Amino acid sequence: MSSWKVFIRGLWEEIPIFRLLLGLCPTLAVSTSVKNGIGMGLAATFVLLGSNLVISLLRKAIPNKIRIPAFIVVIATFVTIVDLAMHAYTPDLHRALGIFIPLIVVNCIILGRAEAFASKYGVGYSLLDALGMGLGFTIVLCVIGSVRELLGSGSILGLTVAPASFRPVLIFILPPGGFIALAMLLAGFNFMDARRASK
Amino acid sequence: MNFDALFVIVIATIFINNFVLSRFLGLCPFLGVSRNLSSAFGMGMAVIFVMTIASFVTWPLYHLILARFGITFLSTIVFILVIAALVQFVEMVMNKLTPALYQALGIYLPLITTNCAILGVAVLNIEDKLTLMEALVQGCSGGIGFTLALLLMAGIRERIELARIPGVFRGIPIALICAGLMSISFLGFAGFTIR
Repeated sequence: MSSWKVFIRGLWEEIPIFRLLLGLCPTLAVSTSVKNGIGMGLAATFVLLGSNLVISLLRKAIPNKIRIPAFIVVIATFVTIVDLAMHAYTPDLHRALGIFIPLIVVNCIILGRAEAFASKYGVGYSLLDALGMGLGFTIVLCVIGSVRELLGSGSILGLTVAPASFRPVLIFILPPGGFIALAMLLAGFNFMDARRASK
Repeated sequence: MNFDALFVIVIATIFINNFVLSRFLGLCPFLGVSRNLSSAFGMGMAVIFVMTIASFVTWPLYHLILARFGITFLSTIVFILVIAALVQFVEMVMNKLTPALYQALGIYLPLITTNCAILGVAVLNIEDKLTLMEALVQGCSGGIGFTLALLLMAGIRERIELARIPGVFRGIPIALICAGLMSISFLGFAGFTIR
């Protein structure tokens, strides 16, 4: 398996959310704007890198029977680091993401990568895998975030881009908009897949 | 004891800030276990049960131990471990004492550890600065709100299975659209600002 393939898999073939429906709660909750999406994506990427690194180093030392609790402790440790660091350096973002920072612990993507990848492969591959999956997750959050921010408040990254005559569709930054935007994006993804398969 | 405050928490947690439809907690089981009504009911009951107990255990743990020794930064690690252990414990006790209930709920219990609604309610109880009684009520009614959303969703999805919908929307996308429409109707409760 080439290193490039390990990295790129998280960005397209097995991109989180669109391909594997894991980690939906933070995705829908924080994607009201691009900025929140990037913040959440990078926080999750950091946790993924840390947990994949430590778990891959300890993979021979952790007994098979208690591996899940051991993984969770490692993940929770890195989540605590991110939580404290964000509280100190980016208090606004910390407030915007709120309860969903501690909830990175139960994000299935992270435990999923620990179980499916880091506990089987070496450090180098595990880091690449974490980076690919983390960036994939960040991209998805940005895509959903930009759709919702553009439609819901007529701006991207806080800059107004819509003409003055555009009336924002408020529903898109409210909870229902999250469900509907993701449903449309998933349907679009299915449509592209179906078109490519028929060619 | 202030019953008004408790009543407000019940209404607010079930309808206004429904855990699934407006707080986005517990979406994985919401989409995963909503294919038929009977399993949705089993999952809902298991979640109500574990959420109430988790609130009952994590509150004293935070206020009597973590806060007293100034190690509240450990709360995430401690909460998730306690919840995981708790779920195991509940499973064993249930198996011993009420085999019938265990038969009904057993398979849903292991799934609950990774349900973010459980860790979510433990964190929210602390962030909202609730008392123990309020935390218990919030845990229980959070579970009821989750069950309500899950049962509604299961009822809708059982019908959608038979409907003719465009191919690209089949499965998860149409389920998300339904969730969005349900969420809009729950948004109607947001007008009540009783807190």
